[in-house]
Amino acid sequence: MGEMNRLNVNLCGIDMDNPIIPASGTFGFGYEFAELYDINILGTFSFKGTTREARFGNATPRIAECPSGMLNAVGLQNPGVDAVIARELPKMKEVFHKPVMANVSGFSLDEYVEVSSRIDKEDCVGWIELNISCPNVHGGGMAFGTCASSAESVVKAVREVVKKPLIVKLSPNVTNIVEIAKAVEAAGADGVSLINTLLGMRIDMRKKKPLLANVTGGYSGAAVFPVALRMVYQVAGAVKIPVVGMGGVSTAEDVIEMMMAGATAVEIGAENLRNPWACRDIINALPETMDKYGITDLSSIIGAAQP
Amino acid sequence: MKQSLFTIKENVALTHDIMKMVLSGDTTDITRPGQFVNVLIEGQYLRRPISVNDAIDGELTLIYKIVGVGTEKMAKMTPGEKLDILTGLGNGYDTEKSGDRPLLIGGGVGVPPLYMLAKQLCAKGCDVTVILGFRSARDVFYKDEFEALGAKVFVTTEDGTAGTKGFVTGVFGEAGDYTHTYSCGPEPMLRAVYNTSVTSGQYSFEERMGCGFGACMGCSCKTLYGNKRICKDGPVLVKEEIVWEK
Repeated sequence: MGEMNRLNVNLCGIDMDNPIIPASGTFGFGYEFAELYDINILGTFSFKGTTREARFGNATPRIAECPSGMLNAVGLQNPGVDAVIARELPKMKEVFHKPVMANVSGFSLDEYVEVSSRIDKEDCVGWIELNISCPNVHGGGMAFGTCASSAESVVKAVREVVKKPLIVKLSPNVTNIVEIAKAVEAAGADGVSLINTLLGMRIDMRKKKPLLANVTGGYSGAAVFPVALRMVYQVAGAVKIPVVGMGGVSTAEDVIEMMMAGATAVEIGAENLRNPWACRDIINALPETMDKYGITDLSSIIGAAQP
Repeated sequence: MKQSLFTIKENVALTHDIMKMVLSGDTTDITRPGQFVNVLIEGQYLRRPISVNDAIDGELTLIYKIVGVGTEKMAKMTPGEKLDILTGLGNGYDTEKSGDRPLLIGGGVGVPPLYMLAKQLCAKGCDVTVILGFRSARDVFYKDEFEALGAKVFVTTEDGTAGTKGFVTGVFGEAGDYTHTYSCGPEPMLRAVYNTSVTSGQYSFEERMGCGFGACMGCSCKTLYGNKRICKDGPVLVKEEIVWEK
């Protein structure tokens, strides 16, 4: 079996050379990273969360460091769906030749439906990742993902207008993530991805004020890995659709743990920001790490730790 | 952008809170004055963006202020220790726009990147004037180094304990005619320079960054030429595009 085949996974009917997916918001539309390495080695990547209108996002500061992680409160800065289709995707296609994961966000049911249906028609798009879990915007984003009935209704509405596999990105900022995962599965989602960032904050002690202009931000980075792993394990044990695991993944070992917990593919976020070559390094490290744990092929370990 | 390991050759205090670190390593990606590097510090999650004070043939000089836990750790490092650094970040200053008599204005920890700029401008035969602004006499650094390049140097301090009392813009008259401004410092200083100067100019901005290479959108700002990322499209903005928000 060749090296590539050992890493092969199938996510919602689409074959991937490996399960590694840079997470939305940490990889732009890929160009910055394409200058550093051939991004076609990736399984795919999830591009910057796209909304109907162009958004500047929140005021700065938007970033704060934490132990083994960081807070961000970018607030879905993006050029809007028209510009994404007209300008970003053609440019992206020059450097990335595989099906891409399109991350879609919104502030109303109509917006999710409109943006998803337009993005769905783009040839380069393999999957739609519906972000109902952004913690940094008000009156949208996470508001849809923290209540089972609203999550269900937005997924149902989007499901009706898209043909591509629909993966719903879930928030960890809920009492019971399994309940939300089951609701979106029932509404027709083809997969779920989790976790989005954990809501947090820092205080500037000199100014006696919140460090982030938005007051709160999403916590990501190595510190959140155990929380993410636990949620992936719980959700994977409760739904039949594939789970994409993310949250603090920084090494090939973390990828293997996520997959053993039940993830079919694994997204890598904050680590790309401290090591721009992180995804390349993880892909390169996977075969040797698999050998160390006696793993012949990755797809065989999906959910191996489930009871 | 390049990632490489640098070895510390020297790490000394210039003032009570300003340190100078000289390192050896691969400086080939540093192509313009005003660019910055992003330093990974043991035990810290995010890299620390620090402006390039000078870079020549494998020798990198960083002048940084001790402002928090990351720079405190850096200040304790000793010669021989190594640092993982991303180099070649940011657009840097355009020296082509200087004209014959460029005026360079630096405030506090905004002073260091002007050194490499002044060196290049002096080397191309410009008549360089530099205004360095500090809080107090104990904060003053690099006056002699700028003078050694052949630049005419003015120092201002807020409390008048060194140089002229007041802010950098107070000595614009004395500094004489100029063809272009280059500035780096706290935002109120940049704004004062913007309002006082009568020529075109380049302004280097600071913002909290996530990645430092344009991926995370953490350090965005609005400009008349559209949204920009301080780390990738900046940190230097031209006068015509600046939008003052805060």
